[in-house]
Amino acid sequence: MSIISGLNKNFESRVRLGMMSVLMVNDWVDFTEMKSLLQVTDGNLASHSASLEKNEYIEVKKEFVGKKPRTSYRITEKGKKAFQEHLAFLEKMMRQ
Amino acid sequence: MNTKVSEDLAHIKEMMERSSRFISLSGLSGIGAGIVGLIAGFVAMYWTSGSEMPIEKVRMSVGAGILVQNLILLGTFALILAVFCGCFFTIRKSQKLGLQVWTSTTKKVLIQLAIPLAVGGIFVLALLQYSLYGLIAGTTLIFYGLALINAEKYTFSDIKYLGILEIILGCLSLFFIGKGLIFWTIGFGVLHIIYGIILHRKYK
Repeated sequence: MSIISGLNKNFESRVRLGMMSVLMVNDWVDFTEMKSLLQVTDGNLASHSASLEKNEYIEVKKEFVGKKPRTSYRITEKGKKAFQEHLAFLEKMMRQ
Repeated sequence: MNTKVSEDLAHIKEMMERSSRFISLSGLSGIGAGIVGLIAGFVAMYWTSGSEMPIEKVRMSVGAGILVQNLILLGTFALILAVFCGCFFTIRKSQKLGLQVWTSTTKKVLIQLAIPLAVGGIFVLALLQYSLYGLIAGTTLIFYGLALINAEKYTFSDIKYLGILEIILGCLSLFFIGKGLIFWTIGFGVLHIIYGIILHRKYK
């Protein structure tokens, strides 16, 4: 079972995996857009993004557009690397 | 374990696609716009069939001014109607898919489309200015084709092939002055309808 250890535990959740996939191919993505892409609730997205931020896989930007607050996400270099490794592992497991 | 892995991979692929391409483009939009194009083309052919000479050469004859004016009005009206059809079905599809309509991807698609279209529009205005009516049909087809190819990377890549066909048709029409309306009707009418049907079947 040694092969399983190569999988990143952070990406076990569908929401986190989805967020990382979206951020791999986009620059800044805001909260509303992310929510609609992943089709999750506000709270769900907030908690998963907090955990990704804690691991420094994503970077969070909070700003005001007029009077409305806007939160956006972007993947970090560390996050990119972790995701690529995870993806490579998934692909390797598929081939076996 | 393997099903979980393949599901994860499928999920990654879907999220990447969903977030980077404008997938709400509806085949029905193409069909709608095509029908508008077809009708406008036939009306224009009917209007111009009365005159002795093809529209491209009528600029010297009496009454040509009114005919040209009517054709411009018809073209503008058809354009508005076609864009309306396009937006209507596409917005409906994105609502069905539960996606936001106005996203950064939508903006990218529109900008990519707008650049060649705006340049083409100015070019056509210049052609009108100098009464070079014969080149208008071909020019609109060519710039429209370029716009589609330009927007291809942010939506279904299939629209690239429609773009190529429009450009070929447009280039051909430049060498058949006097038959512009036929090329125009095929390009904006027939091709749109065929393409709309293919797209609709493929991405239902």
